[in-house]
Amino acid sequence: MTVTDLNVDDMMTPYPNKVLKNRKKHIVAKTDGAASCPQIEANTRTVPGIISQRGCCYAGCKGVVVGPIKDMITITHGPIGCGYYSWGTRRNKARADDRTPPEHIFSAMCFSTDMQESDIVFGGEKKLAKMIDEVVEIFHPRAINICSTCPIGLIGDDLGAVSKAAEEKHGIPIIHYNCEGYKGVSQSAGHHIANNQIMEKMVGTGTDGPAGDRVINILGEYNIGGDGWEIERILEDIGYTVNSILTGDSAYANIKNLHSANLNLVQCHRSINYIAEMMETKYGIPWLKVNFIGVEATIATLRDVAQCFGDEDLIAQTEVVIERELAAITPELERYRSICKGKTAFTFVGGSRSHHYQYLLKDLGMEVVVAGYEFAHRDDYEGRDVIPTIKSDADSKNIPELHLEADPDMYEEPNLHLNMSKEKYDELVEAGHFATYDGMYPDMVDGGVMIDDPNHYETEELIEIFHPDLIFSGIRDKYISHKMGVPSKQLHSYDYSGPYAGFRGSIIFAKDVANALSTPAWQMITPPWDKTETEGGD
Amino acid sequence: MLDCTPKGPVDTHKTGTINPIKTCQPLGAMYAALGIHGCLPHSHGSQGCCAYHRMALTRHFRDPAMASSSSFTEGASVFGGAGNLKTSIKNVFAIYNPDIIAVHTTCLSETIGDDLPTIIKQSEIPEGKYVIHANTPSYHGSHITGFSNMCKGIVSYLAESDGNPKKEQLNIFPGFVNPGDMREVQRIVTEMGIPSIMYPDTTDVMDSPLLKTYEMYPSGGAKIEDIRDSGNSKLTLALGAWSSAEAAAILQDKCGVPGVPLKLPIGVKATDALIMAVKDGFGVDVPASLEIERGQVIDTMIDTHFHYQGKTVAVFGDPDLVIALTEFLITLGMIPKYVITGTNGKNFEKIINEMLEEAGIEGSKVKAEGDLFDLHEWIKEESVDLLMGNSHGKYIARAEDIPLVRVGFPISDRAVHPLMPVTGYRGCLRLIEMISNTLLDRRDRDAADEDYELVL
Repeated sequence: MTVTDLNVDDMMTPYPNKVLKNRKKHIVAKTDGAASCPQIEANTRTVPGIISQRGCCYAGCKGVVVGPIKDMITITHGPIGCGYYSWGTRRNKARADDRTPPEHIFSAMCFSTDMQESDIVFGGEKKLAKMIDEVVEIFHPRAINICSTCPIGLIGDDLGAVSKAAEEKHGIPIIHYNCEGYKGVSQSAGHHIANNQIMEKMVGTGTDGPAGDRVINILGEYNIGGDGWEIERILEDIGYTVNSILTGDSAYANIKNLHSANLNLVQCHRSINYIAEMMETKYGIPWLKVNFIGVEATIATLRDVAQCFGDEDLIAQTEVVIERELAAITPELERYRSICKGKTAFTFVGGSRSHHYQYLLKDLGMEVVVAGYEFAHRDDYEGRDVIPTIKSDADSKNIPELHLEADPDMYEEPNLHLNMSKEKYDELVEAGHFATYDGMYPDMVDGGVMIDDPNHYETEELIEIFHPDLIFSGIRDKYISHKMGVPSKQLHSYDYSGPYAGFRGSIIFAKDVANALSTPAWQMITPPWDKTETEGGD
Repeated sequence: MLDCTPKGPVDTHKTGTINPIKTCQPLGAMYAALGIHGCLPHSHGSQGCCAYHRMALTRHFRDPAMASSSSFTEGASVFGGAGNLKTSIKNVFAIYNPDIIAVHTTCLSETIGDDLPTIIKQSEIPEGKYVIHANTPSYHGSHITGFSNMCKGIVSYLAESDGNPKKEQLNIFPGFVNPGDMREVQRIVTEMGIPSIMYPDTTDVMDSPLLKTYEMYPSGGAKIEDIRDSGNSKLTLALGAWSSAEAAAILQDKCGVPGVPLKLPIGVKATDALIMAVKDGFGVDVPASLEIERGQVIDTMIDTHFHYQGKTVAVFGDPDLVIALTEFLITLGMIPKYVITGTNGKNFEKIINEMLEEAGIEGSKVKAEGDLFDLHEWIKEESVDLLMGNSHGKYIARAEDIPLVRVGFPISDRAVHPLMPVTGYRGCLRLIEMISNTLLDRRDRDAADEDYELVL
């Protein structure tokens, strides 16, 4: 099946007219390998009643971006549920290190003001202030995050005032996020709010960042299954110093020194491009979109990063590491490739991973025929060139923009961050090296479909139409495709495996995918008494 | 692990909750609604709630938990969610075609004060279809309260009495338990020859088979006509005071069906009570098959008591589960040293303390509206031999090197539990197996070479 046979109107027959009109704009097919991407509707409201996979602003802010900061206590201000669901459910692995001893790691804990009816009626500010006092006395954290939930915005608790007073009282940073669930249209709003506060309240406040010429930050890497550690291992082998990952296994103690890096790498474009851009404006630090998922993608990324510094030794060492790593994984990868080759897949994930994993699947000889994002913006599909043309609507206007200028003391020209001549730097910029992202479209196969805010009904229809061999999604879709006889792997949590990034990760991923495709139970679905003589198996 | 928690005793934690033993009402309401055949639960609020509840249920059951959302954005939050709900109802019936939509509120729609009965009355509902609702503000009670509130909603909207003499049939309100538990209770009652109507009933919904065709509404769940007919039953057994008692009271008021409050049938005494209630209510004899099952449990208790008798245990989780489990642990000769739940309700401490007193157990700590931080602090002062509760206990288990038997909700790091009962006599055997084997594994692990033995 290719998309030329796909009639979206037919697929959406049960939709009422208004829903059909809305949803059609969220689906784009790549029919003839056209260089430019047709416009796709993204980052707009979910249709009420539709079984969407989207979460909320709070989930993006606390669950994705600030929750993983291991040495901060994050208090969810609201009723118990939001804090509870975001407790240990995104796999942001964290461990103690030189800067952050075990007694400063709070990631396995859940803190909630657990608002009761009387707090809703009379306001929750006093309760929040009291809880801050108590956790400071009990845990002595370096800094505290306060994340608000839906009712907080409605009753008008002034988190700024509570945080400011507590900060003065306790002498530690207390950072609040007005990330009420109803803001924006998806998790994306929460990423933006978190990025703004991290940039405004944390970055640039430290004075003890690592020194050196090759210090980098890895932005938008959440260390699911230990991805960040595999990436760090490779980069450090080549000769880079990783200052901080944001926010997988990250610490406040490191984030405040984010500005001491020479280069920012952006892994998840959607959740963190804001910080990369703001750091470029404020400090002049250049940024590079990277992808460490996939063997070929990792190699290309490593070469790109080395080019950023233009140092011959670094470029040579990069090749040494690539060769060594390839030699170690190739035979095993080939073995799994023989199982996976020629199979098709869907990728449905929140942010950039629906794109990133296409590279790793290509390494295995697989093709992604349908790919969707839960909370993307148009640029994640169409590339950053469309950003100036995106019109802001009422929902995006509710998310505050942080307008920064060059810091008079700390700004340095980008080429100086990289120890590079202005000419050389401009050459790289001209070649489209820095601050660009082409989006998912160029990597889609001919006949492939991109779908924004994919929902249950459409997923089921697309499975019927395309009959993929494997679906990559989250937990809520996983068992639905199983019931249809289609294996599914979670790309949110990796089914508690990983890492999947870098060289070693690719082998773990390949094994997991091969196992999902070949587990014997798929051949046993039809009981023997229901099999006709001509039917061999499933 | 949990190295950040204080070394000495703490009396500073009084505000808010640290490491909760409860979550919010809508999760329970969604679970209850999934126990009606052909029902799509609907979350009236912003879409994150619905996503979170589906995630939590799916992780525990490893089965799809379908539900839709009103997808509030800022506008709906300011101007009210009536438009979103009406649009949702229209779209849900058109696209997903359920027999019934069960709407529950969230703290957002509760705080802005959306009037659900009025909005539902103004909505377009196709002929023969139903929309019911429950108010489930997250800032009151817990997921158990939400389960109870949706059960009340189901009774209020659907149960009817036709006024004739009552039928020889039994209603069972099973409480917030796994489908495996519901199936076991149904089996016991069937064994006694009594037709029964159970609701909610998540058997064959949250443990549905893999048959290569996906059914959005699996074959299981209580049928609407059966729920309607429950008003004509002779008796209702309300299993678990927190999750089922109020729905039974409403059914009694509305249709005149007497409701008998019972514990969740976990343990020998609580299972005996269930069987006695059926026997007394319908005047039937207890079949030999159940007597044999019971005898097997007693035999096993005698055979295995030295593995666990006298061991101390900390029990945490939902109140109905914890109460019944504590009773069983006492009958096993174990010492429930710490008993804690997150759900409020003043009777909890009284009920547990009475059980402990009757058993002559002193020095235990009991707390309703507690959290795992409290439990951990108690354990640091004086440890126990065994933890029993949900998966969240694993961090304390590791930090303090105490074995954990997983029981309750959520269990997100082990499999098969939704299909395996802890209720009834079979459930007793399973609990004894889990407790004994966990303690024996620990004994083997800790044994010196010269003490490592083949027969235990």
